[in-house]
Amino acid sequence: MEDAVLEYIRSEYLDEDDEDDVELDINTPLISSGIVDSFSMVSLKRFLEKQHSISLPDEEASAEAFDTVASIVVLVKRHQGNA
Amino acid sequence: MSNIISYEESKQGFSWDLAKELMNWKEDEVLHIGAMCSDRVCSAGKGEKTALVWAGFGDRKCSYTFDDLRVYSNGFAKLLGDLGISPGDRVCIFMDKIPSLYFSFLGVLKFGAIAQPLFSAFGDESLEVRLGNAGTTAVLTTQKHAKKIRKIRDRLPALKHVVVVEGAESKLKDGEVLFDVESAPRVESFTAFRAESETPSVLHYTSGTTGQPKGALHVHGSVFGQALTTSWVLDLNDDDVYWCTADPGWVTGTSYGIIGPWVLGTTQCVLDAGFTANRWYQFVQDNRITVWYSAPTAIRSLMRAAGEPTRQFDLSSLRHLASVGEPLNAEAVVWSEKALGLPFHDTFWQTETGAIMIANYPGMKIKPGSMGKPFPGIRATVLDLESHEPVGDSGKVGLIAFSPGWPSMFRRYWNKPDIYRSKFVGAPTDAEPDQLRTNPDLWYVSGDRASIDQDGYYWFVGRDDDVINTGGHLVGPFEIESALIEHEAVAEAAVVGKPDAVNMEVVKAFVMLNSGFEKSDQLELDIMNFIRKKLSPLAMPQEIEFSEKLPKTRSGKILRRYLRALEWGEEVGDLSTLEDD
Repeated sequence: MEDAVLEYIRSEYLDEDDEDDVELDINTPLISSGIVDSFSMVSLKRFLEKQHSISLPDEEASAEAFDTVASIVVLVKRHQGNA
Repeated sequence: MSNIISYEESKQGFSWDLAKELMNWKEDEVLHIGAMCSDRVCSAGKGEKTALVWAGFGDRKCSYTFDDLRVYSNGFAKLLGDLGISPGDRVCIFMDKIPSLYFSFLGVLKFGAIAQPLFSAFGDESLEVRLGNAGTTAVLTTQKHAKKIRKIRDRLPALKHVVVVEGAESKLKDGEVLFDVESAPRVESFTAFRAESETPSVLHYTSGTTGQPKGALHVHGSVFGQALTTSWVLDLNDDDVYWCTADPGWVTGTSYGIIGPWVLGTTQCVLDAGFTANRWYQFVQDNRITVWYSAPTAIRSLMRAAGEPTRQFDLSSLRHLASVGEPLNAEAVVWSEKALGLPFHDTFWQTETGAIMIANYPGMKIKPGSMGKPFPGIRATVLDLESHEPVGDSGKVGLIAFSPGWPSMFRRYWNKPDIYRSKFVGAPTDAEPDQLRTNPDLWYVSGDRASIDQDGYYWFVGRDDDVINTGGHLVGPFEIESALIEHEAVAEAAVVGKPDAVNMEVVKAFVMLNSGFEKSDQLELDIMNFIRKKLSPLAMPQEIEFSEKLPKTRSGKILRRYLRALEWGEEVGDLSTLEDD
């Protein structure tokens, strides 16, 4: 799952030029670094919901929960467990 | 005691000359925002005082004195001269909230050019529209954002210079120059352009219901409005540490994130990192921030974050909080009083007004959820929706309007005199902008609706047009609809605001697909990201509804108000013009 999320972020949020400058791994801050802004979180949330057939409640889709791929994976797995 | 002392007493015998007294301003001084924010503060003996405390992603942080501001803004001013730019040219500042944004803003003004700050998250199409309309001569940007300029440069004949202020020489493309002001030779002396009160200073773009965004032009004389409102509403004093969270790509970030605090010689902090509640509280704690000017969206996001901030962080330095961008709901005021020990004071103004017009003042009773009262010296009213006559404090909903003539009022829309004229009720059809902005018998209409209660407090109701206020930023539906139909799958589109608990409104798009395309989650995601990259994250629809048909008038115009009414659960009104099925 980590790889798929990382790939989506690379393809949708980083331009080709950026990839030289940004080292993206599962612990790279996304929201607090500005790679993904709060408005754009919605498309990332939609991607996760679609990929994993889950529904993430807005109150859980916080900037903190979306700040790293690692924390995103924790959130998604929790909801997969609930599905 | 607060700077305003008493709101009611401040209204008596009010004169904008009080701003001059506040600043100890002499009539023979050069009236120039760039120099007043730096050189003049240094001349007053505050050269070694900290002007800017900056923090970025990770552990990056630095601070600059007012003398640094003076020297680095001189550096940018000299650069513009070396490039052959002329006073009056538009120079766009397109970068994140890095220190060079602040230095270059003052430098552009010192040189006598017009500063055109643009939000760094804008996509290439949003940029092209704004740079094209302004006939922008130069763009100051960073390596990170230069690529958006490269995509559109060929279509911008007036654009002669692209200056990269942060990046590597090896990454430059043809026609770009690198200028790192902090490693360039220090420019100790630069004689600022001899500006006058009516000399253009800043060009901020704002969205409308129809047509493309409009450039609201401001002048150096605006500084008196910004200085006095900073003192009386934000209550800044010499020993304050101030944080305005706004981006200077928008008017709050320049009027109160640069001009207001710095002409008063106040230390201010900038956090150039995305939002997380803990990071923000940490920033307040680390810098012992005393006055905080933020936005309802951020405040509501803080509300949503778990925890008790005053137990986790030392926020005892805070003494005054204010908010702007959209109405601050009563719950947020009550929450901040409980969670932070202080209420947020709502303020109301807009790109065109240049400075705060209606506010809750230190020492004045707050009615949670109210916009407050007009600033002393501002004649405000609410106009009847039909007759355009003032309705007074009847409680009736109408259009918020102001009598023209305050110092920071915009002077015109760039290249759009007819739209400027349309903002004034009762304006003669042949009136020039200067006649409109000085005529106290007219009303400038803000585009927002409100009512006034029996105590003179204003209560926001909503926009009077289709413009969407999302997270405190105005987004024009026309611009998004135009971009949507550029997507290969989209035949027709209508865009409205839908209610949102955090952002007040978010963008919702109704889309009719071209034949050969089927609705799907993947297509929705594709369209969302298409708009995000082309325009900006703010413009990205947070929801897309695929429709077989969009509601139209018999003349073929899409009925946005019908779709909006459905989203807000309001009466849809007269549908007699609706196209038959």
